[in-house]
Amino acid sequence: MTQKSTFRTPRARVKYLGAAHSGAHHAWMMRLSTFALLPLTCAFVLIVLSLTGRDFQSARIFLGSPIVAIFMLLFVGVGVYHMTQGMQVIIEDYVHGERVKPLALMANILFGLLIGAALIYAVMRLSFT
Amino acid sequence: MVEFTLPKNSVVGSGKTWPKPEGAKRLTEFRIYRWNPDDGANPTIDTYYVDRDDCGPMVLDALLYIKNKIDPTLTLRRSCREGICGSCSMNIDGENTLACTKAIDDVKAPVKINPLPHMPVVKDLVPDLTVFYAQHASIEPWLHTESPQPEKEWLQSPEDRAKLDGLYECVLCACCSTSCPSYWWNGERYLGPAALLHAFRWLIDSRDEATGERLDFLDDPFRLYRCHTIMNCARACPKGLNPAKAIADIKNMLIDRQA
Repeated sequence: MTQKSTFRTPRARVKYLGAAHSGAHHAWMMRLSTFALLPLTCAFVLIVLSLTGRDFQSARIFLGSPIVAIFMLLFVGVGVYHMTQGMQVIIEDYVHGERVKPLALMANILFGLLIGAALIYAVMRLSFT
Repeated sequence: MVEFTLPKNSVVGSGKTWPKPEGAKRLTEFRIYRWNPDDGANPTIDTYYVDRDDCGPMVLDALLYIKNKIDPTLTLRRSCREGICGSCSMNIDGENTLACTKAIDDVKAPVKINPLPHMPVVKDLVPDLTVFYAQHASIEPWLHTESPQPEKEWLQSPEDRAKLDGLYECVLCACCSTSCPSYWWNGERYLGPAALLHAFRWLIDSRDEATGERLDFLDDPFRLYRCHTIMNCARACPKGLNPAKAIADIKNMLIDRQA
């Protein structure tokens, strides 16, 4: 626990800015994405395994087929969401600097969006070219 | 960022080795954290030898032997010496526990004793627990009611009373909270396992009429959700309670009310 030189009472320090009324939603979404990733990760592993031995053209057609592409999109989307939300918890745990923390939280979300967009683009391109 | 190393003024040096008691046949070595706020020096680890034939079986007995017969400046909290007041909580051989219920023979000598981890130290083995107590107060650990006061008492069925078992026994020794890494890193914003165990004790009390308000207070990424089910709290609790389960139950209550 950090000891700050302050004349604020312990009670005031503990009450701080009050409750954010938002933790439960985050926890629910983490649990939901965890359960969604169980079958999606299995599907992803099966898809990767069935790619072995194929040439580029055949792999492209397989990955571009509707059911495979939908599973890939779901895996990528839910996976990146789960990763970003998980990373947010780690930042909240360990990063305490007043300036660094909001920057780290923003960078995390932007990184997730970038990676997510790139992965979705890659899967879609296989389907539509 | 998180500080993984001790600040310069907290680095622990080697301390004094106190003389062995004369004529003692059965000696046990104790290495105890010492820090005096008045001398401006860094903390040290002092070494003491306790005559086991002149001392009770528990670590607290040994600490009182040292204080009475070797070094009266050794500072510690103690009161009931039977695990009900929660005063003599400290880190013994790497684990937070009560000195009065920890047998010396259960610890491999030399017995290493430090104050509870990651709390400001007042002196020697006495940590500053004011924030910890404020966290307990913040969950308002008393019955909240709106209905008119009954003539005699608020009734509760034996089944509902049984739900409080495993919760009401907490003695607020702070062994659990100070063993929790989440509490170390966010000790002011995260309420910690002890306060949350007490929060759950009032949340499931069938007589309480403020369950919703209590949940509102806890629905926060820091107050409640810093718990990552590390389980150090359940491992440390000298009363055998399980704060981690109480916290998981609170999380389930918060999901229940929105789904």
